[in-house]
Amino acid sequence: MKLNLLYGLTLTFLVCFSASFAQTTYPANDVATPRSGYYAFINAKIYKDAKIIINSATLIIKQGKIESVGINLPLPKDAIIIDCKGKSIYPSFIDIYSDYGMNQVQPSMTTYRSPSQMLSNTKGPYAWNQALKTEVLHVKNFNVNDARAKEYRKLGFGSVLTHQLDGISRGVGLLTTLAKEKENMVILKEKASAHFSFDKGSSTQDYPNSLMGSIALLRQHFLDANWYKTKPSQEGLNLTLQSFNDNAGLPQIFEVSDKWSVFRANKIANEFGVQYIFKAGGNEYQRIDEVKAIKASFILPVNFPQAMEVEDPNDARFVNVSDLKHWELAPTNPAAFEKAGISFALTANGLKDISQFMPNLKKAIQNGLSEEKALEALTTIPASLLGVSNSVGSLEAGKWANFLITNGPIFADKTVLIENWIQGSAYGISTDAKMELAGKYKFTLGNQSAQLSVTGETGIYKAQLFGKDTLTVEFNQKDQLINLIYTSKADQGKKTRLSGDFLGNSMLGTGTLGNGEWVSWQANLEANADTVSNKKRPTKSEELGSVVFPFNGYGQKTIPKSETILIKNTTVWTNEKSGVLKDSDVLIKNGKIAAIGKGLKDPTARVVNGVGKHVTAGIIDEHSHVAATGGINECSQSVTAEVRITDVIDPEDMDMYRQLSGGVTSSHILHGSCNTVGGQTQLLKFRWGQTAEGLKFANWDPFIKFALGENVKRSYNPSNPRFPDTRMGVEQVLTDAFTRARDYEKEGPGKRIDLELEALVEILNHKRFITCHSYVQSEINAMMKVADKFGFTVNTFTHILEGYKVADKMKAHGASASTFSDWWNYKMEVVDAIPQNAFLMQKNGVNVAINSDDAEMARHLNHEAAKSIKYAGMSEEDALKMVTLNPAKMLHVADRVGSIKEGKDADLVIWSDHPLSIYAKSEKTIVDGAVVFDREVDAKLQVDLKKEKQRLIQKMIGAKKGGASTRPMTPSFREENMCEDDHGHGKSLWDRISQRMILTEN
Amino acid sequence: MKNILYIALCLVSYPLFSQETMHPSPAQSKKIVITGGTLHIGNGQVISGNIIIEKGKLKIDMNAPALTGDIEHIDATGKHIYPGIIAPNTNLGLVEVSSTKSTLDNVELGDIHPNIRSIVAYNTDSKIINTLRTNGVLFAQIVPSGGLIPGTSTVVQLDAWNWEDAAYALDNGVHLTMPALINRPSFMSSRRRDADVDQVKLGLERIDLARSFFKEAQAYLNEKTHAATNLKYEACKGLFDRSKSLYVNCDLVKEMLAAIHLAAEFDFKLVIVGGTDSWMIGDILKEKKVAVILAEPHSLPATDDDAVDQPYKTGAMLQKAGVLFTICQDGSDGYTQQRNLAFQAGTMAAYGLTKEEALQAITLNAAKILGIDSRTGSLENGKNANLVICHGDLLDMKSSVLTHAFIQGRAINLDNKHSQLFERYKYKYSIK
Repeated sequence: MKLNLLYGLTLTFLVCFSASFAQTTYPANDVATPRSGYYAFINAKIYKDAKIIINSATLIIKQGKIESVGINLPLPKDAIIIDCKGKSIYPSFIDIYSDYGMNQVQPSMTTYRSPSQMLSNTKGPYAWNQALKTEVLHVKNFNVNDARAKEYRKLGFGSVLTHQLDGISRGVGLLTTLAKEKENMVILKEKASAHFSFDKGSSTQDYPNSLMGSIALLRQHFLDANWYKTKPSQEGLNLTLQSFNDNAGLPQIFEVSDKWSVFRANKIANEFGVQYIFKAGGNEYQRIDEVKAIKASFILPVNFPQAMEVEDPNDARFVNVSDLKHWELAPTNPAAFEKAGISFALTANGLKDISQFMPNLKKAIQNGLSEEKALEALTTIPASLLGVSNSVGSLEAGKWANFLITNGPIFADKTVLIENWIQGSAYGISTDAKMELAGKYKFTLGNQSAQLSVTGETGIYKAQLFGKDTLTVEFNQKDQLINLIYTSKADQGKKTRLSGDFLGNSMLGTGTLGNGEWVSWQANLEANADTVSNKKRPTKSEELGSVVFPFNGYGQKTIPKSETILIKNTTVWTNEKSGVLKDSDVLIKNGKIAAIGKGLKDPTARVVNGVGKHVTAGIIDEHSHVAATGGINECSQSVTAEVRITDVIDPEDMDMYRQLSGGVTSSHILHGSCNTVGGQTQLLKFRWGQTAEGLKFANWDPFIKFALGENVKRSYNPSNPRFPDTRMGVEQVLTDAFTRARDYEKEGPGKRIDLELEALVEILNHKRFITCHSYVQSEINAMMKVADKFGFTVNTFTHILEGYKVADKMKAHGASASTFSDWWNYKMEVVDAIPQNAFLMQKNGVNVAINSDDAEMARHLNHEAAKSIKYAGMSEEDALKMVTLNPAKMLHVADRVGSIKEGKDADLVIWSDHPLSIYAKSEKTIVDGAVVFDREVDAKLQVDLKKEKQRLIQKMIGAKKGGASTRPMTPSFREENMCEDDHGHGKSLWDRISQRMILTEN
Repeated sequence: MKNILYIALCLVSYPLFSQETMHPSPAQSKKIVITGGTLHIGNGQVISGNIIIEKGKLKIDMNAPALTGDIEHIDATGKHIYPGIIAPNTNLGLVEVSSTKSTLDNVELGDIHPNIRSIVAYNTDSKIINTLRTNGVLFAQIVPSGGLIPGTSTVVQLDAWNWEDAAYALDNGVHLTMPALINRPSFMSSRRRDADVDQVKLGLERIDLARSFFKEAQAYLNEKTHAATNLKYEACKGLFDRSKSLYVNCDLVKEMLAAIHLAAEFDFKLVIVGGTDSWMIGDILKEKKVAVILAEPHSLPATDDDAVDQPYKTGAMLQKAGVLFTICQDGSDGYTQQRNLAFQAGTMAAYGLTKEEALQAITLNAAKILGIDSRTGSLENGKNANLVICHGDLLDMKSSVLTHAFIQGRAINLDNKHSQLFERYKYKYSIK
């Protein structure tokens, strides 16, 4: 019986490169050799799909397609019959995220110091931006690449969706098989998908240089394409926009690198009414509930992180517990999707070494992914996501004959993929496994006979001879050629070496005896080996760490919830007319301040003894850059009003927790200061553990960051030609922006919606408010004059270190001021900065706040405020207001935060000491009634963190000892954002190390 | 109450001077008697007593001193008296505006140049100096910072006409910048972007370079006369005879261990500068008698996993371990922020030190580390009269307002550019 399988397969190898399908336009350099490719695979266990399995079944294919599948099918006379007894047949896998057959992309190496490139380098009637490649039909650049195809085929893939992974709008992908045929024959669908990402890839153009810029560019692309439908004459022919509209009906696939970017992209999808399929980052298990809620489908990578070399404790110290946890939990990602009922396909994309696909997939299965779901995710699901279920993904009549022949369950450890059939042609994967050698044979050598028993399976066959003696035989196999070596007593320990050929159930060959004499031998099968039992792989019951919120060392399994809390007998700094109340109580309920007074009672409340403590409103930081990712500056143009910090919030930034320990409850996250009109800002509440949406301050007036002076005129980069180069030019940039906005507003219906101008129009209409980075009096004055001219007020001047020189004018204009307490002299425009600035502005009636612009300084803004007491004699209550009520007013949220008043949000700090004293520490920081920082809980978290880290390091070392591949220790690293880059504080270890490296040139 | 304090400050400002006409004070002529204050000695002790300053030296008098004769009497009742603060490891006077290259004199070209002396470039007319004095900083160690061995530092007093006047302990420190001994993300490497480069190995090679240099210098200095003089070797002489200390700028445990071994090899007096992770090896530092000039406590924790208040409490952990330490502010704009040294010390007091220990860290400990404790650093008999008189708590910005300061017995002008601009605009806005 074995003979048939082997014979059939061998035959197909001979012909597999010449499959012919009737006539073609290509002339043949031979006589015509039409063939039907008619095969019947019998006695197989056939997985029609992951759910429908038929035993002892037959698969009949003809001319590359499936003719029929089933039990007891009549066998066509002219079909080649292949016996698949003991074999399983599966649909070939489909990878819908690949760049197979595409040219390699060189990523752009530009930095902010590179020469400027304002427009696209792509020639032709295309988009202004080089990262928009919507018009590219990747089918035009597609080349069959059999070396790569072979790698995929080895893994069981039969077809892939491919495109060049480059740009923000990446063009149209094609679905191809992995057959070694002419391009004409392998392409199943030439326009199969439209692709997107946030990564500008090879684009050398300046814009965008930040994640928020990428998001803005994509949103504008939607709007422009929509506008282009009206065939606007001023745009002429724009093939990029035309293609965007043409591609709208295709599956839209969006590649992200991180769970948070799933939500970022999905927000765009919701805004414009599209549905993305997400190529995921691999850490979505950390927010699986939220991922489920967006109801999208996913393409999951299995590029799980490698273990690191963490034997050296002084190195391991720099690997954060979150990275260690991710190493442990990443293989649970597919299982988490399955458990949550989220539809997903699997991809080999992202693996440095694609051969790791199956080992990693098996790791995912060990971590809870079911084999059935794994198979679906490689067959029916990708087919259905692309809308090609009628041609690939399962074994049914009429579909392509893309299937796998294995010797066991496909995901079992010992199973070997024997052949991968694509479009009716066989590609041998494990030729050794074509045949099964195990069994009992009658062995004849010369005139001697014995029983030869072969056990095991491909690659690990073992043999024994049972004759007079029992001899162990060394058994080597290469395909059908075999080699046996044994030592017999009769030969005085010398080796008998036999060589032969195996066919069906017979071995035939010659060899030499110990004495060097040649001899013939043969072995004929007498009994089949017992069927190899494919035992279910035991699921590992190893201990796994928990997913915590946020996913870092100071996250918790459950996010702190709003409580009813009664703080008794304490000193309350109300920031209201009642001033500082001694020996009073504060009751918090339902996230609000419920009552303030003496002798308050609430039996449901958790009582906090406030004796000797002080309670203030939570600190509000008007100027911060924490909790934002992907760059806080979109530097590429002088006006980038379209970019939004709200799109790039990082809810896991440790700096939020660190600042909660310093009493900060709200923080205004700003665009940086590298251009005149920066981006839209976002006010946050530090609800530690929540998602980006959960962190946002609800119902606030939107703001935007502007900047003046040295940073925007690029005083430190003289080689850059971006306009403007002087404060004179800055004033014109402002005037021009608002003039354009005013004209734009007047345009009639059908105009192109311009996100940049929309934001500026909001300012003109008093719907959006400016916080303006500024230093010297001339520019402050000029900015106010521009605002006056256009009929709006500059809401806030931030930094404003020379505000004291024009405080009277600021008061008259109605601007607020948000300043540093005592920074000065780090650049020319701050040589006149003085620590009495806040006081002088305040004395002129300006609403003044003290801000941080610095992740460290934000942790003691109360102390920064207290410096005005020292330097200028400000009253204590006024000083405290500069970091609580005043910024609340500035941000238009004083109706909810900034003071302790019944009905306001319960954003409070319980201080160990007088809140303006250097000795004051926050003991509890409360946001919306939830205790988000508690010094006692923090102590416990530190203990847990230490334990968890120790466990994971031991496990990682164990994994290395167990043979896992490793990479050198890489310190966990996160950049601190600051808008004053040239300030050079050296406030983090990495700043210090960088500084030393620069100094020592190493 | 606050206004009273504030008026006190106004009384001691000298509206006659502008920044440009403010001048150093002449040598003490009259005997000064300060009575009634609370004396924070700087060695942990707090006493009520009187201070008598004569010929620039101070003496504590526990009895009521005679207030007759040609003396200047200062009634410090209700006030606090502290030793002047010492700011170690600063580029004060070498850097004026950090973003503006023509004002920078702190980084010399080349790699190994102990012969580079900071003092000769120290600008006594820097606008920054007076803003530090107003907050009680009376001394500073002026440190160059370019290359593997950036040069030699001098401790200065902050009331001088020129650098010669300013020098208080001349050329008494040689500085070494330790190469980083940690693999870093490739984008952080300034020159070698190749991810395969073993950055730690490169760092170790650099340490070897320093070691070879010191070996050569040692051999050279064993011989008294030379046909060809080597200025760089000559500049190391004080290291070998222990009249100078070796200050090594480093942060990580491995870097500090390498520094300890390097110094031991040549029997150098070692001071660790930076010392971010020094809290992890307090026992070793104590046993090897290595002092630490800690980077500013107002720093972010080294890793996300570290305790959020780790840099605030590092001082207390060193204190507990018995390590001699002080603090500095050595960011590139450290010179302007030195005026917050007292408040950085205050933060350490909030996180584990006693207030007097925190004060000692920035006064007597700093003097010991810089080798000037026989002359200054505490209010002990016979020492130079370097002290400040303060309303309220020097370490707490809520109440710290200086009324007087003395350097070598000279009452120094506490005015500065900032209070002058303040006055100018109070005038503009008619603020009393």
